[in-house]
Amino acid sequence: MFELLGVPPQALFGQLLLGLINGAFYALLSLGLAVIFGMLNVINFTHGAQYMMGAFAAWMLLQYAGLPFWVALVVAPLIIGLTGIIVERLLLSRLYHLDHLYGLLLTFGLALIFEGLFRKQFGSSGLPYQNPLPGGVNLGFMFLPWYRGFIVMFSLVVCLGTWFLIERTKLGAYLRAATENPQLVQAFGINVPRMITLTYGFGVALAGLAGVLAAPIYSVTPVMGANLIIVVFAVVVIGGMGSILGSIVTGFGLGIVEGFTKVFYPEASNTVIFIIMAIVLMIRPAGLFGTQR
Amino acid sequence: MRGTFKAAAAAALLSAGSFGAQAQMTDGVIKIGVLTDMSGLYADFTGQGSVWSARKAVEDFGAAAKGIKVEVIGADHQNKADISSNIARQWFDVDKVDVIVDLVSTTTALAVNSIGREKNKVVLVSGAATSDLTGSQCSPNSIHWVYDTWSLANGTGNALAKTADGKSWFFVTADYAFGHALERDTSAVVEKNGGKVLGKVRHPFPGQDFSSFLLQAQASKAQVIGLANAGGDTTNAIKQAAEFGIVQGGQKLASLLIFISDIHSLGLKTAQGLTFTEAWYWDLNDNNRAYAKEFAPANKGVQPSMVHAGVYSSVLHYLKAVTALGSDGDGAKVISKMKEMPTEDRLFGKGVVRQDGRKIHDMYLFQVKKPEESKGPWDYYKLASTIPASEAFRPIEQGGCPLVK
Repeated sequence: MFELLGVPPQALFGQLLLGLINGAFYALLSLGLAVIFGMLNVINFTHGAQYMMGAFAAWMLLQYAGLPFWVALVVAPLIIGLTGIIVERLLLSRLYHLDHLYGLLLTFGLALIFEGLFRKQFGSSGLPYQNPLPGGVNLGFMFLPWYRGFIVMFSLVVCLGTWFLIERTKLGAYLRAATENPQLVQAFGINVPRMITLTYGFGVALAGLAGVLAAPIYSVTPVMGANLIIVVFAVVVIGGMGSILGSIVTGFGLGIVEGFTKVFYPEASNTVIFIIMAIVLMIRPAGLFGTQR
Repeated sequence: MRGTFKAAAAAALLSAGSFGAQAQMTDGVIKIGVLTDMSGLYADFTGQGSVWSARKAVEDFGAAAKGIKVEVIGADHQNKADISSNIARQWFDVDKVDVIVDLVSTTTALAVNSIGREKNKVVLVSGAATSDLTGSQCSPNSIHWVYDTWSLANGTGNALAKTADGKSWFFVTADYAFGHALERDTSAVVEKNGGKVLGKVRHPFPGQDFSSFLLQAQASKAQVIGLANAGGDTTNAIKQAAEFGIVQGGQKLASLLIFISDIHSLGLKTAQGLTFTEAWYWDLNDNNRAYAKEFAPANKGVQPSMVHAGVYSSVLHYLKAVTALGSDGDGAKVISKMKEMPTEDRLFGKGVVRQDGRKIHDMYLFQVKKPEESKGPWDYYKLASTIPASEAFRPIEQGGCPLVK
């Protein structure tokens, strides 16, 4: 049987699949960031904290209301989306006329505050959340837990649904038009500020959704988002800021690259994405799928 | 974000009585700095609980009644060597701190260990794990109080490697000094027992997704998968191992360093059956339970960890030594006094501090209870065996500490 650099092909298939699963998280999170950046021109640094809050919302729904995972999968993103809408209405909307940097600073500060509050309340070690789909299937080359398989399928559906909504529907057309020329779109009688608010809420809800998906497999801790968000920003930069399709494709793609790095040189698995980012920025500063603005 | 968060700045116990010989302290006050993880991965088993424990030791010592002024301050070292070094220098040079206690991660402990030596102060490590603190890096100004990588490896490694289905190992190791030390010490124990290390994978710290590393461990067909990491890395790895059916597949997980807050975070359903080594457990005896009863209400209902107990025990012994010596000025002298006097306190009982700076006491092999065996939150461990003090730590001549002649 052929081997690649001393690694049997079964192991490679396994890592390919695991990479896809991690890529699903990158894709979901970077998609939310891309939607927000594309429509609002805001770099949402609170995204990691909102992802964490999604996981905590799932935990709280189970703990205090007895609602199972499948209910939380719908309810928690709605709650997190709603908090996003409040943040946008109360704070973010006041900064649109200023430089991007102010939005970045505001969202970064909010992330620190949210994480601090959760740490104060729940401690730093994390909370238990049981796997709603225990067990799995032996694929021959690896054991695939049902839940991981579900994550890949589910996030693919959500990603493609979002892409379709924004690129192929009338609502999406309004959104894109409002980004290009808000005054003109407003003149046609469309409530642009409300659309922007809802877009931010939607992007944040995507982060919350990723958080709910993460709760059964990662420790639910206040810093779970801070660890992940830096990588996700790199994914967005590689894909091209604001590109919907770019964030989905690079999310899954980089998950796979990272998966392979974990086999061949695990020590570098945290850095490989940033190396790719540096190379992409040198060759295509706007990102793989981005256009110069 | 940077700098010193003087998270807890007080507890100045003013002199009340005036009986007994008054000790001559350098600046009239003994200043204890609790340098710990207040906000990161390890804050639940160190952090504010460590500050509370240091204060409790001062109170139990009866400093006020003895006419000695003691002040306890705390700061967050964020588990970074540069930040811990900056705070340690600031404390020693400017704030007149006499002793730094706790120090949670290996990198921060090693950094402050050398600063304490340079400034001739006292460093009492409870949180960090590396056995190098009493080996190649040992210092006449430091004592390593609670546990170390060697004692963990010895306890858990021996217990598993002596059995027939614990002979082949695969390590999932955190890629920094602590993980390497734990892996090294455990490999030695496994090999000494006639076992074999089939492979290892070093993951970046902190990690989130361990499935890839676990899959490699699974493919190695090793009987035992040794987790040479800590905190969130360990809980994530255990959680995901359950998901990938590693234990059902016949492989055993050995969590080489795990704390009670980690078990709380995992939940008994996931953690049940894990075997591991610790130096202290709150529900082990009446003394410990009494301490926990005072600790929990002051710390959001959390039960004390072995690190908290270690901070208490080390501060108490330090105060005894300083009082016996009558001065806190010369760090190396205080440490030799601490080594000369036998230790005794309500949490660790009787013990000694060795020449290489190793505090010696019993260690325990625990097993996590099944959900149905537990009476409620924090009732998690059952005692599997006691490792007597004489066997619990690395023999002094094997450490390579230059202080040992």
